[in-house]
Amino acid sequence: MQLTNRSKQVSNKEMTLAEKMYLPSIAQGLAITIKHFFMKKPTIQYPEVKRYLGPVFRGHHVLKRDEQGRERCTACGLCAVACPAEAISMIAAERKKGEENLYREEKYAAVYEINMLRCIFCGLCEEACPKQAIYLRHDRMVPVFQERDGIVYGKDKLVERMDDRYVRMNSEVKATPTEPSLTKAAT
Amino acid sequence: MDLTVLLVKGLIILVIFGITLLIATYSTYAERKVAGFLQDRLGPNRAGPFGLLQPIADAGKMFFKEDFIPAQASKWLFILGPCLAMLTALMSSAVIPFGDSIRFGEYTIPMQAIEINIGVLYIFGVVSLGVYGIMVGGWASNNKFSLLGAIRAASQNISYEIALGLSLIAILMMTGSLSLRAIVEEQATFFEWNVFTQPLGFIIFLTCAFAECNRTPFDLPECETELVGGYHTEYSSMKLGFYLFAEYINMFVSSAFISSLYFGGYHYPFMNAVHDALTGSMGEITGHNIATAIGTVVFFAKIFFFIFFFMWVRWTIPRFRYDQLMNLGWKTLIPLSILNVVVTGAGLLYDIKYTTWLIVVVMVVLAVMSSARAPKSQAAPQRA
Repeated sequence: MQLTNRSKQVSNKEMTLAEKMYLPSIAQGLAITIKHFFMKKPTIQYPEVKRYLGPVFRGHHVLKRDEQGRERCTACGLCAVACPAEAISMIAAERKKGEENLYREEKYAAVYEINMLRCIFCGLCEEACPKQAIYLRHDRMVPVFQERDGIVYGKDKLVERMDDRYVRMNSEVKATPTEPSLTKAAT
Repeated sequence: MDLTVLLVKGLIILVIFGITLLIATYSTYAERKVAGFLQDRLGPNRAGPFGLLQPIADAGKMFFKEDFIPAQASKWLFILGPCLAMLTALMSSAVIPFGDSIRFGEYTIPMQAIEINIGVLYIFGVVSLGVYGIMVGGWASNNKFSLLGAIRAASQNISYEIALGLSLIAILMMTGSLSLRAIVEEQATFFEWNVFTQPLGFIIFLTCAFAECNRTPFDLPECETELVGGYHTEYSSMKLGFYLFAEYINMFVSSAFISSLYFGGYHYPFMNAVHDALTGSMGEITGHNIATAIGTVVFFAKIFFFIFFFMWVRWTIPRFRYDQLMNLGWKTLIPLSILNVVVTGAGLLYDIKYTTWLIVVVMVVLAVMSSARAPKSQAAPQRA
């Protein structure tokens, strides 16, 4: 059975004098390594340059608003049920008169919290949501925690801001710089 | 000796000492950078611009680590080991001529710490003392792996020193002097550089220099896959730092040694024309000093090339097995270097300098013939 066409038969034959002198093969090896010396390096200078991770990347959570800027979430709790890490909790409230421009449904989430230490970014909440209210943004990551407080994200951090609307297939997002130039990036 | 001459001498010694340390420091940085580039990475680039402060960060780390001495270790020998390694490494650069000479007033001072007529012997003596640093350290650790590493280092250094010395003898025969300056002066014209008159000797010397410095492919003493860390397994903090540092100083010194023995030291093609032009246009003394400075720069360029070559080889060739190492040393390099001495001597009888090319030509012919005669390796019909 042939698994690959790159395999080489091992042989135990006596080495010729040229092979015993090592020098030709050493020169060959040195030529290969020096070629790599001048090759372009594929390294991406991470904190300064971030790579575009594709439209399916699951990053920072966002509670979507609809076209008129009303929160879509109706606090049905399906995301909390779907969450395998039990990271989501919420408290529902009834919409008062005059709040129609704030919440789309008659019931809304007064408190919506995600524990970012529990969240495993599986995206099941996104799939469970019947109102298309929660998304995991593909263009932003949850920042690294430095302190223990502030790990539970409330609505202040989750609800989409009107000046920073999230669109899944936004082609502009692709414009993240990917290739650093060696001179600038080496700092 | 005049006081001013002494003063300038002292200055030169201090400068060489400082330069040796500086180059060794930045060799650690260069090693990591070169390793990175050869492996399609960038290497350290976070500390300072281009990571230039990395050696300082490393040294700081080394100083702040716990300085640990194992309970069963022989304490004073344990401390003596790295000291010896460092001391011998630093001593050996004393006799290397870094440039022609500086003139001021009526004085002419050679760019060299000490000019002695047995410079080559001095370097040999100091370098072979260097193995004591490793041996003492490995033995004092009271640890099987350290001892094994130390024994390997000792036997390897002794084996390769013979071939090293024999390949040098051919050069000494051609020069008729043990003084490094005399050897460098001998190679004034480009095609009299010893690498052209002694190609085989150069290859043997280079190989042995790798072995003497314990650099890959001969780094069996610190072979981490077999011996944990080799002779410095038990060392930490700046004692370990000294061992590593001594290795880089050795690398610098042997690069300097190779370039002055085989690559004409501070000589470069058309240097007499440059010298004459400079003395003609800027006066006897200034012109001469500037010409010396150019020669020194050229010498350092050669040294840096060889340091780079050491690193380049390190990231290309895997380590030898121990029996391969011994076979190469005793059965190949020593007979070849004896042959080299004999052929050089025969050539000198008839005043021909380039006789060792004969050995090279014969070896190349033999190699080509043997590989032509070898049974063609079957192109492995694997589609069965």
